[in-house]
Amino acid sequence: MSNRKNANVKLNIDGVDLAVPPGTSILDAAKQASIRIPTLCHHEDLCVAGNCRICVVEVAGWRNLAPSCATPVMEGMKVLTSSPKVRVARKDLIALLVSEHNTQCTTCYRSTNCELQTLSAEYNVDNTDFLSVLKPGIEVDRSSWSVEKDDSKCIRCQRCVRTCAELQHVNALDVAFKGKDMKISTFMGLPLSDVVCVNCGQCIIHCPTGALTERRYYDRIWEAIGDPDTHVVINTAPSVRVALGEMLGFPVGTRVTGKMVAALKRIGFDSVLDTDFTADVTIIEEGSELLQRLKRALVSKEKVALPMITSCSPGWVKFIEHMYPGHLDHLSTCKSPQQMFGALVKTYYAEKRGIDPAKIVSVAAMPCAAKKFEANRPEMQDSGHQDVDAGLTTREIGHMIRQSGINFADLPDCAYDSWMGESSGAAVIFGATGGVMEAALRTVYELVTGRDVPFKNLAITPVRGLVGIKEASVKIEGTLPEYAFLEGIELRVAIAHGLKNARVIMEQVAAGDSPYHFIEIMACPGGCIGGGGQPIPTTDEIRRKRMAAIYAEDEGMPVRKSHKVPEVAKLYEDFLKEPLGAKSHHLLHTTYRKRHRF
Amino acid sequence: MDSTASDTANEPVRPHPDQRLRRVDLIFSQYTRERYKVLKTVLERDSDDIISELIDSGLKGRGGAGFLTGMKWKTARETAGDEKYIICNADEGEPGTFKDREILTRVPRKVFAAMGVCGRVVGSKTGIVYLRGEYRYLVPELEKEIRVFKVYAEEYGLDFDIRIFLGSGAYVCGEETALIESLEGKRGEPRNKPPYPTSVGFRDKPTVVNNVETFVSALEVLRMGAAEFKKLGIQDSRGSKLFSVSGDTPQSGIYDLEFGLSLAKFVEEFGDGDTKAVQVGGASGFCVPRKKFHETTIGYQGGLTGISLPTGGSMMLFNSSRSMFNVLHNYLEFFAEESCGQCTPCRVGCQQLLKGIEAIKRGEKSADHLTTLLRLSDTMRLTAKCGLGQSVANSFASIVENFREEMIY
Repeated sequence: MSNRKNANVKLNIDGVDLAVPPGTSILDAAKQASIRIPTLCHHEDLCVAGNCRICVVEVAGWRNLAPSCATPVMEGMKVLTSSPKVRVARKDLIALLVSEHNTQCTTCYRSTNCELQTLSAEYNVDNTDFLSVLKPGIEVDRSSWSVEKDDSKCIRCQRCVRTCAELQHVNALDVAFKGKDMKISTFMGLPLSDVVCVNCGQCIIHCPTGALTERRYYDRIWEAIGDPDTHVVINTAPSVRVALGEMLGFPVGTRVTGKMVAALKRIGFDSVLDTDFTADVTIIEEGSELLQRLKRALVSKEKVALPMITSCSPGWVKFIEHMYPGHLDHLSTCKSPQQMFGALVKTYYAEKRGIDPAKIVSVAAMPCAAKKFEANRPEMQDSGHQDVDAGLTTREIGHMIRQSGINFADLPDCAYDSWMGESSGAAVIFGATGGVMEAALRTVYELVTGRDVPFKNLAITPVRGLVGIKEASVKIEGTLPEYAFLEGIELRVAIAHGLKNARVIMEQVAAGDSPYHFIEIMACPGGCIGGGGQPIPTTDEIRRKRMAAIYAEDEGMPVRKSHKVPEVAKLYEDFLKEPLGAKSHHLLHTTYRKRHRF
Repeated sequence: MDSTASDTANEPVRPHPDQRLRRVDLIFSQYTRERYKVLKTVLERDSDDIISELIDSGLKGRGGAGFLTGMKWKTARETAGDEKYIICNADEGEPGTFKDREILTRVPRKVFAAMGVCGRVVGSKTGIVYLRGEYRYLVPELEKEIRVFKVYAEEYGLDFDIRIFLGSGAYVCGEETALIESLEGKRGEPRNKPPYPTSVGFRDKPTVVNNVETFVSALEVLRMGAAEFKKLGIQDSRGSKLFSVSGDTPQSGIYDLEFGLSLAKFVEEFGDGDTKAVQVGGASGFCVPRKKFHETTIGYQGGLTGISLPTGGSMMLFNSSRSMFNVLHNYLEFFAEESCGQCTPCRVGCQQLLKGIEAIKRGEKSADHLTTLLRLSDTMRLTAKCGLGQSVANSFASIVENFREEMIY
């Protein structure tokens, strides 16, 4: 009986006989017959919605067409995916979406990377059949530092709604009104800046059109570059170098670090530096903070907030501020690498290079939409200026390079500038989920025991990969005298990516039964390589390739541990003096605030 | 579905014996003197036997979609589930339909008794009446009757609770999966089917959703027996049906009429002598022009010659003073408003049909545009997610095709 239940279902799609497991959708079955059925509301990261109806197919004997994404295969089914009946209906459906759409494609940020535009061209939809039913007077919501929402380009596929609910458990976007007035809205239609939105930008990379985009700041940067009086510095995050190539004609997973640095220099940035430098600093500060918390808990028996949770991901930070405002003390007080960078560029770097910090424009190239918000948090002005003047996404950097006319593919590799251009492999892996944890363990274990972390080639594989919540533990033995209080302790850690998983972890923390000492949380599925500022599309297959590139980059680095980077050591020697010292405290650590829940 | 159609297609066509309108008194017939006596008698029977009787009677859903009631109960009964639900769809929202309100006012006991029977048959302990928000005023009386029901149910050893849930006013929530979403506290949007509610329904448990009238009819079948019930009606359309008669008629109201009536006889009886068209089945139904009254029978399709029209019971009569453009315009405005908005064909299609006929009327689009719109309505019928979007084509095509001149000039 159970055997028969699991037997493959036989069906025929466009004349091709197939046998697929029960429960497979017609859409997926068709892929096995090398047939691509067009879709719009479907996204492999999300649950099936079946609301755009573009993927309808004809099933022999059925009165109506069937949405192939939402229809499971049935024994003996005969399916036609491109019959005249299907094509007429599909073209009508595309035309309907176009009739409701702001078709100013020439001025759209997503032009040439828009699923509706592609489909419309594929089916040669002409818009004379239907009248425009685009609502007049739609205003673009530009209230948020990070996300722009233009309802005139929305096709109501609800991918953003499902992303916000299913992947992120934020629910900043939902469906409002019905019929002709149905639209995607925030709570009570409030501006995005005033609601629970954490700026992760996952809605942006799941949006098929230009309805949701990041707020763009590159024109401002072009202006600064053109101004001879300003010194424009850019730091590039680890996961930008493994994804930027996708914008510029390289296959997914290509590392373009050297070409990226070369292009940014050619564009005219006065100094091209590496966010990895401050990622290494983060490890030293955060590792020290963890050891300090453990010491206070174990030796002084103080009441200390444990587990300690990473604070590198600004989407995650805003999430906890909204959702768990009573547990902010679990967050590491360390700023993110971007913000450490900003604070140091306008102090340490300015001093070293003899530049007036008021003349410095500090730019961050990030895989992230939330970094834009983070740069504009009022508490991020510890250098005496706004520490980071603009956060640009990988996509914006791609656009800048295209605008510059530089032939990216032909560029020779170029190295980062100094100071703050040197870094370790531990910093590169910040870009993948589990990377911060792995980097921290490499350093903390060695600080405590004087030995390498006990994993072959420093690769702490249990913390790697796309599993939503990962756990690991490291037994600490043979401690140095200073850390004798940790002797025999099993250091338990967890890693979560995607805020849905963060919530699972936080429920444990809130209930007081979290079994961990240290937790890494990244807002975006896959970590920064899957960030809201990365090239579109992003799928699990793409995440894996970018991730593989990150780990390859790590292995190729001469230094693999944060505390072994010469420039970082120099920073402490010349400027900061010691981890968690007064200067660190002033420049590299921050505070958090409670936020409302809508 | 198709096999049933072909089975009966070979049978000789059997028009109604006397072609007359036969009024019956089933739905609103008097309660038994002894309270909940029918419930008691039925509960003594075997559940499989009850289902066979229902299937044999040919009773189909009275909400308009016309699914075999006995089959629905059977599937829910056979689907495993730790909990199951019985839902009475009282979200009566089809324009021109007002019969469920009358049933709940006059014979709520029959509804609750049938829900109890259904609960026993299916294996459910919970019944929910999804009541149209505007019928809130009925709640006190209904709750009073539910208390009486509970007393008798307990006496008969039936463990079954009934509660009332008030809808919030969306037409689409009459669609059973949207109704379930609404019950779950979500936005009333239809689900993808399959799976159907009988296997994955309220809270993802097996659920029977039946119209108010269907429950009462089921109880009548079980009271009188399938053989007796089948004597009413014709072929695939058995029993009688409540009709909500409105429009240009001197005798608007609710009538219990035997199935299979000819529209010509209906107009003869209810018309004002100047009837130009009858809208059968409300805004989502079909418009029949005068010249087709004679060839049209009210009943589910299957084995009849000519046109046979199913209906949830709405019969709107229009006389020659009415503009069919205005009628259609009114329906389309309604649909453009009441579409849930999730699927493309319904959300945008309704707006295109509405704006399209307006543009033709104003002369901004040529009459040829009607052809495009008819194709569009066909696309909507083929691709919309639920019955709402699929059936917009019914009224649109039947009005446009029969009253083309009125659309243009």
